[in-house]
Amino acid sequence: MASNLTVEVVSPEKRVWSGEATMVSARTLEGDLGILPDHAPLLGVLVDGTVSIKSATGEKVDFEIHGGFISVSKNRVSILGESTN
Amino acid sequence: MGAQLRIYRRRMRSVKATKKITKAMELISASRIVKAQQRVAASSPYATELTRAVTAVASFSNTNHPLTTPHSNPKRAAVLIITADRGMAGAYSNAAIKEGDQLSALLRERGLNVEAYLVGRKAVNFYRFRNRAIANSWTGFSDNPTYAHAKEISDSLIGAFLADSDAQSHGVDELHIVYTEFMSMMTQTPAAKRMLPLEVVETQAPSGLLPMYEFEPNPVDVLNALLPRYVEARVFNAMLQSAASEHAARRRAMKSATDNADELIKSLTRLANAARQAEITQEISEIVGGADALASASAGSE
Repeated sequence: MASNLTVEVVSPEKRVWSGEATMVSARTLEGDLGILPDHAPLLGVLVDGTVSIKSATGEKVDFEIHGGFISVSKNRVSILGESTN
Repeated sequence: MGAQLRIYRRRMRSVKATKKITKAMELISASRIVKAQQRVAASSPYATELTRAVTAVASFSNTNHPLTTPHSNPKRAAVLIITADRGMAGAYSNAAIKEGDQLSALLRERGLNVEAYLVGRKAVNFYRFRNRAIANSWTGFSDNPTYAHAKEISDSLIGAFLADSDAQSHGVDELHIVYTEFMSMMTQTPAAKRMLPLEVVETQAPSGLLPMYEFEPNPVDVLNALLPRYVEARVFNAMLQSAASEHAARRRAMKSATDNADELIKSLTRLANAARQAEITQEISEIVGGADALASASAGSE
């Protein structure tokens, strides 16, 4: 099992957060979704709400995402949000 | 002081005042280019990610989405032209308007009606003065666009695109964008691109095969949600590049204005010096002549 996920949280104006993480959890239109390393490639529409990232250093980071997407491929997770904070 | 000299001095004063203004504008634009360039760079991760995602959906699903499928019999096309709000930027706005005209001519040849969507006061004035129809226009933010502005413009464009072109008069079948690409500090070129139906433009081609994606909830819904975002990101990127180009064009125009003012001041100084010298020479010869006349008059009386 690959050790970590490379996560990027980006908004149209700038890159909000990027780094290594052990887990990402978000809510798509289908329901809550937890992503661990080696997840299958996925493209999902997020509902407005919180995305939390458990970073490699152990701290938990939360982002409020509106109008967003999540895309996962080869341990790269990108979270795109129209507004993020 | 003679009349000639006074006129030269007055002209020099006015040219110097103008030079101060153009110099200040040059410096302001120069500092804003850097900021505008940073904003273009800051927006690129989002655009890159979005392009990857759109490419993935478009190439891995056989969905017949209206945003990706060309209309079989297109009637109308929307052209979004991005120009500046203010002048003093050389040919910047005119170059974009001209590019838009060329594109419109091309579309008309294909039998399409062209609807003009304008950004920037320069384009709006240009169209108004010539009594051309404007479908929609936005002004007041050309040098510092935000994502909210891009969203407002995209909403109007996507609304027109989704409306049925047969039933509604404002519906369009194609969406084109004309903006000024920022190549470097010295080069900015107007560019015309088709936004919809989608031509996925790869700024950075993803290496190798794209992974087989799972879609949540399903490809059609993902595409529905993704494509407006994609258009917004494209419009936003075009606006940011145009803003950077506008500052660069203004800086260049103001630099040459400052250089010309310098040149003008130099030649006026020369003329003023010559006039002053001529005045002195004349005065001396008048005094000498006067003294001569007095001397010969008194010599004659003796």
